[in-house]
Parts: sequence; structure tokens; C-alpha cells
Amino acid sequence: MTDVHTALVRAFRDEWGQVVATLIRLTGDWDLAEECAQDAFTQAVDSWARDGVPRRPGAWLTTTARNRALDRLRRDAVGAAKLREVAAMPVPEPEPDDSGVPDDRLRLMFTCCHPALSLDAQVALTLRTLAGLTPAEIGRALLVAEPALKKRLVRAKQKIRHAGIPYRVPPAHLLPERTPAVLAVLYLLFTEGYSATAGADLLRRELSAEAIRLARVLHRLMPDEPEATGLLALLLLQDARRDARVDEHGDLVLLADQDRSRWDRTEIAEGVALLDGALRRGAPGPYQVQAAIAACHGTAARAEDTDWPQIAALYGRLAEMTRSPVVAVNRAVAVGMAAGPEAGLRILSDVDLPGYHLLPATRADLLRRLGRHDEAARAYREALELVTAEAERRFLSRRLAEVEAGPGGQPAAGRSRPT
Amino acid sequence: MQYMLLICGGPEAAEHAEDGCGGWSEEMAERGVLRGGAGLRPPHEATTVRVRSDEVLLSDGPFAESREQVGGFCLIECGDLDEAVEIASKHPAATYGSIEVRPIWQP
Repeated sequence: MTDVHTALVRAFRDEWGQVVATLIRLTGDWDLAEECAQDAFTQAVDSWARDGVPRRPGAWLTTTARNRALDRLRRDAVGAAKLREVAAMPVPEPEPDDSGVPDDRLRLMFTCCHPALSLDAQVALTLRTLAGLTPAEIGRALLVAEPALKKRLVRAKQKIRHAGIPYRVPPAHLLPERTPAVLAVLYLLFTEGYSATAGADLLRRELSAEAIRLARVLHRLMPDEPEATGLLALLLLQDARRDARVDEHGDLVLLADQDRSRWDRTEIAEGVALLDGALRRGAPGPYQVQAAIAACHGTAARAEDTDWPQIAALYGRLAEMTRSPVVAVNRAVAVGMAAGPEAGLRILSDVDLPGYHLLPATRADLLRRLGRHDEAARAYREALELVTAEAERRFLSRRLAEVEAGPGGQPAAGRSRPT
Repeated sequence: MQYMLLICGGPEAAEHAEDGCGGWSEEMAERGVLRGGAGLRPPHEATTVRVRSDEVLLSDGPFAESREQVGGFCLIECGDLDEAVEIASKHPAATYGSIEVRPIWQP
């Protein structure tokens, strides 16, 4: 029974997106596709327990879901033409042949991330149709109330149907403008699961794992797209540090203080190898540059071995590419390490990012390192007014207490952290 | 599928009133996607009609109080949204105003 359970869990993780995608292609009806996929998994619970796990669970599930769709279409007595069409269409053998031929899942990914849909809708739709998360789960992950999330999904599917958003991988000349949306959604999915909330929220870990899996699919299907490779490399390199990022109290552990023996060496090695392959194509984009930064951190044996000048240069490149003020804040951190806190502060003085707690937090840290404790304390207080994650709040409070205690004073909070 | 292209322009749209379509209409007619359309007199000549409690209410000006106003429309018929967007993006007004692509209600 546990074998069946394990097989079902794995099948859900690996095959859900493929089953839904195939059913959408066969029926053109997103809701029907999801319902039939759900039915097939429900049926599998009994069938597999009785007859054993099929040799190819994916094929079994797709066939079952397709038959279910035929039943439903017959019963609903929709146009006979549609029925004939679905009945006549062969279910493709979902052989894991890794041939790089665009498949249903890739098509689904591009449809979910069509630029005519809002980014909100793109993320929700990707999570629902490709990752198989329930509206309640997606709502929790994106901090949206379930009814609002459901409405978002319904609207997105309606727009796909009524506005005629095609279910296909766009032609080559549209790929460059569409791929960033797909990559952005996958990265959002990952960071949603990775963001340092206190404690190990299982659902969020699932999101990161799902993002990595989908990035693998995308990379396999678009082997010539260096940014797709770059994204996968970035996700692996960041994911490798996951276990070391929070301590046993659920508190954030700074990169410099992390126990590097807890980093996942296999993931780092794979990420670096992928990145090297992508960079050889000579078309660096934001994901490759971010992966290169993550690789600098991931390959430093000790914190003091970190190649800060290289990281600062990469952030400079990234800032040119994205013009993002968030990148500018990160660049200030790197420059602060490579060329001293004053150089970092100079970069921050040009950054305007209201409401972003890491801006005053970064300024506070640079001021603290310069011994300007009063100014640092003011900046820490400013950051504390904006921060939302509990683990980060505790960290900032400790630092505030340290600088308030002044030079040579004892930190008020017990556990101070050397940088 | 049928789509209405609502050609919208800002205050500077008047400068382009005499521009014509730069061959767009001809190309689309040849492709067989054009079903109709026209340019419109400026927004200040518009009258908006509402009926509330059986009373006909007229107001001066366009329905939406936005900077960009509908200045013309085209009805097209094509395969899907991607093709409609491709057609709209070739319209010269897209370079100075904007074009809203609206699917036509289908029973």
C-alpha cells in the first residue's frame, strides 16, 4: 500500500502537468482537462492498489483521463464533431525520450505565460495547471484569499477561451519576447518557496522544487536558449544553500555565517556546469549573470575567500541590464565588501525605493561598519518599520540593540553575529 | 475569430489625422482579414447616451475620461489572438497611440 502511495505521489509530481497539457490539446477545454486529470488520479488510488502500479504510470493516467473526457463529452452530448475529433486523436506515448521536441507541457507553459494575461494570472495559472496545486494552496503561497484567487483563475481561463489565446509554442520570432515571461514566472515560483519565512513551510518547499522541475523541462526543451539554462543554473545554485539559511530557531543565517558543509555540493556542481555551458554561447542575460554571482558564493570554500570584486563587477553588469533599484541595493552590498563601506554608501545614495526594507537595512549595515552608530541606529529603525518577515525582524532588532549599545558596549541581544 | 481593433490616440492624434494607414488597409484587405472599419470625428464631438430609470441621459464627450480616446475602429477576422496582435501592431497608430484588441462576443 505504501508503495502505491509513493508511486501516486511521484506520479502526481511528475505527470500532472503532462496529463493536463495533453488533455487540453485533445479537448481545448481547460476546466474539463483538469477535472479529468483529477478523476484519473482518483481512479488510480483504487486501481493501482488492486492491480499494482502500471509499468508506465504517465501513460496509464493519460489514457484514463482521455477516456474520462470521452465519457464526459458523450454524456454532455456536445457536438458530435468534437467527440469524433477527440476519439480519433491518438494519445501520444509520453515516452521520456528527452528529444527536445516541443511537447504539450512546453505549450502549456507558454500559454499560461502569454503576455496578454496579467503576471498575477500567469503565476496562478502556471501553479494550477502545470504544478497541480489547489486554489487554496496557491492562495496561501501568493497571499491571496482563496475566493479572489479562484476568480483570478476563472478570468484567466475565460480570457484564453474568448480572446482566442492560442495553445501553442509561439513561432521562433516571438520566442525572444515570450521566453522572459516564462522564465520570470518560474523564478517567481522558486523565490516564493525560497523566501526566508521562519520555519520550514512544506508547501513553500514544494514550490521551489516544482520550479526547479519545470525549469529542467524548459531547459531540456529549449537547449539553445542560454537564459533558460541560466535560470536552471541559478535555481540550483540558490537551492543548494537552502538548509544552511535558517538556524534551529528559524532565524536567518547570513551568507558569511552559514555552515558551508551543509550546502548541497551536487547541486552546486550541476549549477556551475550548466552555467559554464550557457556562458559559452556568448549571450549573457540577467539569469546567467545572477547565476554567475551565485556561483561565486557557492564555490568559495570559506566566506573570506569570496571573490567580492568579481561579484561587484557582475552586479554592475546586472544593474546595466535590468536598471532595477533592487539590483542597485545588492550591488551596494557587494561594492561595500570589495571596496569598503563608503563606496557602498555612495551607490545607495542614488537609490530610491520607498517601502523596501532592505534599502535602509543595507545602509544601516554599511554605517555600522564605519562606526557611525547613531546614523546606523536610525537606519535600522527605519528598516524595522518596513520589514514583514519575523525572522528578519529579529535579526534587525538584534543589530539595532548592538549599535545602540555603542562602541565597546555589550550587545543587548544575546547572540550577535560577526559579519 | 473576430476582433474589433479600437484605434486610440492621445492629444497629438490630431496631427496624424491626415496620415492615412501607410498601406496597412491594403495589406490587410489582401490578406482577407479586414471586415470593416472607419475613422472617427474627434472626441469633443462625441455624445454619450445612457438610459437610467427609463430616462435618456445625454452627456457631452466620450464615455471614458481618459487621455487616450477611440479615434477609429477596424473589424478583423483571423485565427487567434497572436495573429490579431500581429495585425494591430502593424497599424501606424500603434506607434503614437494604442490599439485595444477586443474579441467579438460569440454565442
